Amino acid sequence: MEFFQDLLGPAWTPVWTLAKIVAIVLPLLAAVAYLTYAERKVIGWMQVRMGPNRVGFFGFKLWGLGQPIADAVKLLTKEIIIPTGANKGLFLLAPVLAIAPAMAAWAVIPFTDRLVLANIDAGLLYIMAITSMGVYGIIVAGWASNSKYAFLGALRSAAQIVSYEIAMGFALVGVLMAAQSLNLVQIVQAQAGGFWHWYWLPLFPLFLVYLIAGVAETNRAPFDVAEGESEIVAGFHVEYSGMAFAVFFLAEYANMILVSTLTSIMFLGGWLSPIPGLPDGFFWLAAKVSFILLLFLWFRATFPRYRYDQIMRLGWKVFIPVTLVWILVVGLAMQTPLKPLFH
Amino acid sequence: MLSRIKQFFNTFLLTELLRGMFLTGRYLFARKITIQFPEERTPMSPRFRGLHAQRRYPNGEERCIACKLCEAVCPALAIRIESGQRADGTRRTTRYDIDLTKCIFCGFCEEACPVDAIVETPIIDYHGERRGDLYYTKEMLLAVGDRYEAEIARAKAEDARYR
Repeated sequence: MEFFQDLLGPAWTPVWTLAKIVAIVLPLLAAVAYLTYAERKVIGWMQVRMGPNRVGFFGFKLWGLGQPIADAVKLLTKEIIIPTGANKGLFLLAPVLAIAPAMAAWAVIPFTDRLVLANIDAGLLYIMAITSMGVYGIIVAGWASNSKYAFLGALRSAAQIVSYEIAMGFALVGVLMAAQSLNLVQIVQAQAGGFWHWYWLPLFPLFLVYLIAGVAETNRAPFDVAEGESEIVAGFHVEYSGMAFAVFFLAEYANMILVSTLTSIMFLGGWLSPIPGLPDGFFWLAAKVSFILLLFLWFRATFPRYRYDQIMRLGWKVFIPVTLVWILVVGLAMQTPLKPLFH
Repeated sequence: MLSRIKQFFNTFLLTELLRGMFLTGRYLFARKITIQFPEERTPMSPRFRGLHAQRRYPNGEERCIACKLCEAVCPALAIRIESGQRADGTRRTTRYDIDLTKCIFCGFCEEACPVDAIVETPIIDYHGERRGDLYYTKEMLLAVGDRYEAEIARAKAEDARYR
């Protein structure tokens, strides 16, 4: 490493940072690809089917593990159709706007206490700011497509994401009150000492709200009215084909992984091991993220789609009051001898 | 009052949702019932009406006598027949085409045939790759018949006592 540092001189810092970014984004994209495979398998199993099991490598079926690769190749070679009435510039910009925040948010995610690209003090604030940007991709896609279904989908999605963002933000307020920090590494370190110290227990209502709002935020079933194939065909991405569609797909699944990771970090102790004696490490985070992703798939296999007004009711009349009440409880407890319960 | 409290906890602890997830979670480990098509097949009735075939007698003579009853009965006008006298003086078809893209697989041709010449086999997995590939001529129909004669005869025998 010293050798490269001397060789590149002042160019070393950007090159090294770029290398770290690639080291995060490439595994992330691979995880997204195989999350689609996991989704089809798990939902298939829950419906007493087998899921994809034909496409493998080099003549071996390997339980269909080649399926995501084949899907990617298919989408890459397909034509991107731009509708005549569409606003071409915005139409092509929208997928980029959707996927960029989903990738950028990973800059501050701590994988272990030392393995983090940018350990900034306002990490939580950065996350909330960046993830809110994702909705622009959807709005722009719906508007630029010049299609009724896409527009309706975009409107629904925008209203839904904005509503649930508030409940999500309030849930995180509880976390930062308990951890006394916006720095993600310090939030995790504040949860040290076994799974009963993780925030899911003292902040249980906020944990539930965050988990469910996360499902709504990523437009996943049962909150997928923005896609709602039985009502508005495919919602905001109805006019997209080929790789432009695939980028929306990547963004949705990257957001799923992001929300799962955030839930693990905020409420499930990130890389910390559940039993104090066991070594901490990245694999604990991976296990927790995988479990929450399984929950996402499980929800989709179990629950029918919410009606639109019920989504709004749940967001505004249930989640926001619940989070406010629990923030009040936490705040009051902080001023009493009960403080160690929450900190 | 007690029921109100009970309902409150039922709602906020998501008990009904958890019950639903328990049910789907159990099915995650259930035995899968998928039939893996090319390797496994579902049972099929001997009356199944799939790809057409022209049959021959055991001595190799083609059964069809060009009576054109099938052409007349065909509701989709998918059959086209031209007939002529063969060198030995018998009446035979010089042309017997079935357009499988027109055919609605009603089985009337098979019912109408007095000599069991045209039949529908239980074959379902055939395909054409170009326009016209599914326009079956007499030679192609006879070839299908020659290839699957054993199966056709078995299906006919199985169904015979119900006719």
